[in-house]
Amino acid sequence: MRKFAVTVAVAMGLTCGTAAAQETVKLGYIDPLSGGGASIGEIGLKTFQYLADQINAQGGLLGKKVEILPLDNKTNPQEAVVQAQKAIDAGARYITQGNGSSVAAALSDFVTKYNDRNPGKEVLYFNYAAVDDALTNDKCSFWHFRWDASSSIKMAAMTNYLKGQPSVKKVYLINQDYSFGQGLRKLALEMLKAKRPDIEIVGDELHPLLKITDFSPYVAKIKASGADSVITGNWGQDMALLLKAAADAGMQANWYTYYAGGAGGPTAIKQTGLADKIYDVVEGDPNTAIEAAQTTETEFRKKYGIGIWYPRAFNEMRMFARAVKEANSLDPKAVALKLEGMTADVFDGGKGTMRKDDHQFFQDMYIRSFGPLKPGQKFDEEGTGWGWTVKGKIAAGDTNVPTTCKMERP
Amino acid sequence: MLELITFSTLNGVLYGMLLFMMASGLTLIFSMMGVLNFAHASFYMIGAYFGFEIARRIGFWPGFFVAPLLVGVVGGLIERYGLRQVHRFGHVAELLFTFGLAFVIEELVNMIWGRLPVDYRVPPSLDFVAFRLFDTTYPAYRIFMLATAVAMFVFLLIVLKRTRVGLIIQAALTHPNMVAMLGHNVPRVFMMVFGVGAGLAGLAGVIAGPALVTQPSMAALLGPILFVVIVVGGLGSLGGAFVASLLIGLIQTFAVAINVSLADAIGPSAASLLGELGRAPLAQIAPVLPYLLLVLVLIFRPRGLFGTRES
Repeated sequence: MRKFAVTVAVAMGLTCGTAAAQETVKLGYIDPLSGGGASIGEIGLKTFQYLADQINAQGGLLGKKVEILPLDNKTNPQEAVVQAQKAIDAGARYITQGNGSSVAAALSDFVTKYNDRNPGKEVLYFNYAAVDDALTNDKCSFWHFRWDASSSIKMAAMTNYLKGQPSVKKVYLINQDYSFGQGLRKLALEMLKAKRPDIEIVGDELHPLLKITDFSPYVAKIKASGADSVITGNWGQDMALLLKAAADAGMQANWYTYYAGGAGGPTAIKQTGLADKIYDVVEGDPNTAIEAAQTTETEFRKKYGIGIWYPRAFNEMRMFARAVKEANSLDPKAVALKLEGMTADVFDGGKGTMRKDDHQFFQDMYIRSFGPLKPGQKFDEEGTGWGWTVKGKIAAGDTNVPTTCKMERP
Repeated sequence: MLELITFSTLNGVLYGMLLFMMASGLTLIFSMMGVLNFAHASFYMIGAYFGFEIARRIGFWPGFFVAPLLVGVVGGLIERYGLRQVHRFGHVAELLFTFGLAFVIEELVNMIWGRLPVDYRVPPSLDFVAFRLFDTTYPAYRIFMLATAVAMFVFLLIVLKRTRVGLIIQAALTHPNMVAMLGHNVPRVFMMVFGVGAGLAGLAGVIAGPALVTQPSMAALLGPILFVVIVVGGLGSLGGAFVASLLIGLIQTFAVAINVSLADAIGPSAASLLGELGRAPLAQIAPVLPYLLLVLVLIFRPRGLFGTRES
């Protein structure tokens, strides 16, 4: 139904001519809106719609209203490129996407080639969640900006935290067997070796992506290894089922994860009863956020019934608005030149910088653990009564990973 | 090491029994009606969601008894008003019908309960540690799952071997046309078998829901492996399905625990010869092993371990 509506909207946009297209600033939101990834894609869409409303309430961009075009890419790179073309045909000069690094790579490549072929009609791509390092290293592009911390920044933050945790002695790595999981595993091995050479890696597992129904065999293996901590990049059901199996076996290790806070994650953790044992690494936390962010958080929760998952989307849209204002232009190239190197206030507090060399945003990172709400904490997750507690804050400067990017500038 | 073996065995047997609860219904339906029911795992999912819905209103135990019955009724109705209408167009139409049905059910579940996992919990009366062995705990709920599966197996065996209904079903397994000639209401037997098969899958869902995760993708996760079980076990053979389920459960569980690769077994030459395949430890290819078994069985023993007929 939604797809039909979008198709009609696109068709109407084409037939109505350019007059209608000039009235709004269109941002193509290209993420899964059907299939397995839809639950996540819907949350992203709500976030961007909320942000567009905010900008519009303040007068829009140079007097024009922001309009979000929802486009379903089914988490598929080919489909994403088709949808990006659709967005451009409908008059969008800006697109945003987050779910899936393979999709992000395809979009970055598409946008770069499109801009080469169509000088003067450039399109800019804002990435709010795809974390593959390649996007800001050997595959970097002038037309791609990333607000999420890359996989290596997250691992740098995590290992920096582990540096101050002498109780961690034996670490087990378990990851999904695809590019992201394999990359994370490599980063963990390298960084732990550099920062904590005394830590023993007692296991290094890759399991098939989203195909395991019962993780008990894996947990038995982790237990047998004597690990006191587990590092994993698992997400979705692979995270929930793994934690469930661990709780069943009475495993007492600490879990250092990227995505324990994902959709359904808090519900699954609450079920396991593993209080204050599961950590994640993020770029913002509601309970320690500055007052302005907490007000927005309350309002957002009231409106949609979910917490703000993507503080980075707020950074993205606010910096976008600021770049447009500073450039006094809606031309993507002018906006991109203003975004490069921009230092801005981060949604949850502190300052962040968009590095000019590779268009990667650097901001303070937080290590949090999940458990029953502590006194003074306002926000729980998914109605569980449990919430996140910040355990460590890693300053933006301490996650300054190098880049191999040799950017071609227009 | 002993700890790993003990728990791998327990986990393997449990996973095997869970597979069997679904495979038993599937193999009966397949051998009687000739329909490879692609939607069978969907009944497992419906069972979990019905169980969840009843559990949060009345309690786990009413759900445990009522949900499988409801799923059985749903299965019977689908057979009566869906499959039976399609039947006259042949097996391909029936196959496609169940194929589509699986997607319809998944989308319905999506619409009613949402895409996120639901909070289906182990009942407090079973939420304790059954025993502790070498510092690893084994939850009572898993023992309960095992007991339920065994009880169901015994019940099925008695029904099939000792009752008149079982006699007709058994006859229909090998001589479906002859049974119809003798004047039995074969369509009704079909509906009943389909309903009971669905109900058993529903029961598996009710008890697996709290232990695993109750979410719309749970059917798609277990679906394919069921076909492996019934082919390896032999079509229409309940004993075969039982042995094959346990076999696959144990193979998968133990493969995960073993970190040996082909390179370790054959020697370093394997790595250069086979490349990535030579270096991958057995644990990494564990999920593929059942399908490898399926292929091998189809080549070398097409009727399966205990099957009695070729098709």
